[in-house]
Amino acid sequence: MISKEYIITDPDGIHARPAANLIKIGRKFQSTIQIKKDKDPIELNSMIGLMTLGAKGGDSIMLTIEGEDELEAAQAIEDFFQNELSKP
Amino acid sequence: MGVAASPGISIGYAHLIIKTRPTLSGILIDDQSIPIELEKFEDAIRKSMGQLERLKDKAKSNLEEVDILESHIELLQDPQISDEVTTYITEERNNALDAVTLVVNKMVQLFEGLDDAYLRARSADIRDIGDRIVTNLLGNPETTTPLGHNSIVLAKELSPSDTISMDLEKVLGFATETGGAVSHTAILAKSNNVPAVLGCSELLETVIHGDHIIVDGTQGTVIVNPSENVKEEYRQKQVDFIKHKAYLNSLKEMPAITNDGVGITLLANISNDKDMKKALEYGAKGVGLLRTEMMYMEKESFPTEEEQYQFYKSVAIHAQGTPVTVRTLDIGGDKPLGYFDLPKEENPFLGYRAIRISLDQQEIFNTQLRAILRAGVHGNLKIMLPMISNVMELRKAKEILDQVKEELFSEGIAFAPNIPVGIMIEVPSAAIMADVLAKEVDFFSIGTNDLCQYALAVDRGNENIKQLYDPFDPAVLRLVHQSIERANDNNISVSVCGELASDTRATLLLMGMGLREFSMSSTAIPEVKDIIRKHNIKKAKEIWNHVMNMDHSKSITDYLEKHI
Repeated sequence: MISKEYIITDPDGIHARPAANLIKIGRKFQSTIQIKKDKDPIELNSMIGLMTLGAKGGDSIMLTIEGEDELEAAQAIEDFFQNELSKP
Repeated sequence: MGVAASPGISIGYAHLIIKTRPTLSGILIDDQSIPIELEKFEDAIRKSMGQLERLKDKAKSNLEEVDILESHIELLQDPQISDEVTTYITEERNNALDAVTLVVNKMVQLFEGLDDAYLRARSADIRDIGDRIVTNLLGNPETTTPLGHNSIVLAKELSPSDTISMDLEKVLGFATETGGAVSHTAILAKSNNVPAVLGCSELLETVIHGDHIIVDGTQGTVIVNPSENVKEEYRQKQVDFIKHKAYLNSLKEMPAITNDGVGITLLANISNDKDMKKALEYGAKGVGLLRTEMMYMEKESFPTEEEQYQFYKSVAIHAQGTPVTVRTLDIGGDKPLGYFDLPKEENPFLGYRAIRISLDQQEIFNTQLRAILRAGVHGNLKIMLPMISNVMELRKAKEILDQVKEELFSEGIAFAPNIPVGIMIEVPSAAIMADVLAKEVDFFSIGTNDLCQYALAVDRGNENIKQLYDPFDPAVLRLVHQSIERANDNNISVSVCGELASDTRATLLLMGMGLREFSMSSTAIPEVKDIIRKHNIKKAKEIWNHVMNMDHSKSITDYLEKHI
């Protein structure tokens, strides 16, 4: 299992477009990916779930990735946060 | 009355788009029907996906629309929706239609209850896909009555999928009960030159399909079943509007010369080569401000020298020999780049931004300068440095530019060795020191927006104080005047590229101060040219001589409005 913490740097949080792209990344991999702000983790497969997480600029979120292709999935998520959303 | 969202007048027939959302039937299903209802739901999702994919193909040139459609496609597949609908069907024994309605209502309520305005607005997206699923469940997909000619589209709200799928050629105007000046419908109407009035409450209560409707997108009014007199009045207004537009259009080819023969250069503010074409169409004689931020923002990492070279080269070629002033990267805490980690700042406007970043992270600056210098071979490019606040920054930047030229020279790469270098005058210290700075540059460009906010210490994005932001404040006008005069003393060119340049109240005033070059968004050029052609320099000087002795902006704007 891989765990990673990211800080959302976009002051508006996770908008619809990046949310849609993050979900798409999640769908590409076999691994179970969970995302959590301060409450219970949710599975990374729902736009609604992701948007209602309420992550705003400055919040930190925790991702856990578990499965056969967890290394590749973690890298894809890393790239996403680097390029599209924020930096760890 | 509503929001005047897209100017012009249209007279036509009401075409109502009314979404009837089925009321809950309350019919419960038996065991055998469960798989049938589940299949109905899945089938409706499949059909909806297919429709959205087709719309996406149709919209492919419009990135904004594609983004909206992609997020809708994601929402359609959202397990929070499908799982709940499945639960309602299998456990609560609701039929598929009721199950979808219940779940969508619940999700919409969830979003409407959020404290973030952006997310609250997403409830419209959920509603949009909900309506689509319901329509497909009812088995009569996309049954909206086809638009007749001369249609004025009236609706409570128009969803992105409504407007994207509409045959705009038949639409004369839009009027809706919700939405504002920056809504999706407003942007679409404006880009297609269709008059629109949005946010008219209770609009639909009195209208039926086929009613005569007048939409006045300039004033923000909608008139239902007007009397013959009123119709005649608006036909006249419509003719006037079209005439005025045609008149401005006819000015595009005319020179910007005062009636006593003084030529004024009108330039455009642009962001890319597409804007360049439009600028020439509107009669611009070149570009006073090529913003480069957009090019950086559109990429996923810093654009390479080659990418930038192609970008500047394309603009230079499209400029057809007219001058293009390229402003080097102007970003900061308020205009961030996704891939560039800028620290959060207490005061981004007073912080790490523009030339300050370029001088600090020289590899970014070097790459940009190399690309501009190389592209300079293909046209008449100039380099403009943003946010210079003292002479040492300017000297440092020029030193780097000289190094970059030497590198290119020793590498044997073609470049424009004598490219002119100028600065933005947007920090008050630069306006005050204009006499010193003028001796070391080829031109000034006065950025009145930032100059105003720095001089008056007003953040114009701050709702509580934005009324204090006023470029006609005499303090701002003195800084502008002083910068123009120092440039003229030193025989360097000077232009104004802020919003003041396109404000027709300021045209003669600035000319009176000695300004002969204006740079503005292309669409503003004809109106400004009209003012120039109708007046003379003597009058412009009188206006400035009068205004320079006035002590507050209200008296200044009152006076200016009377004299144009």
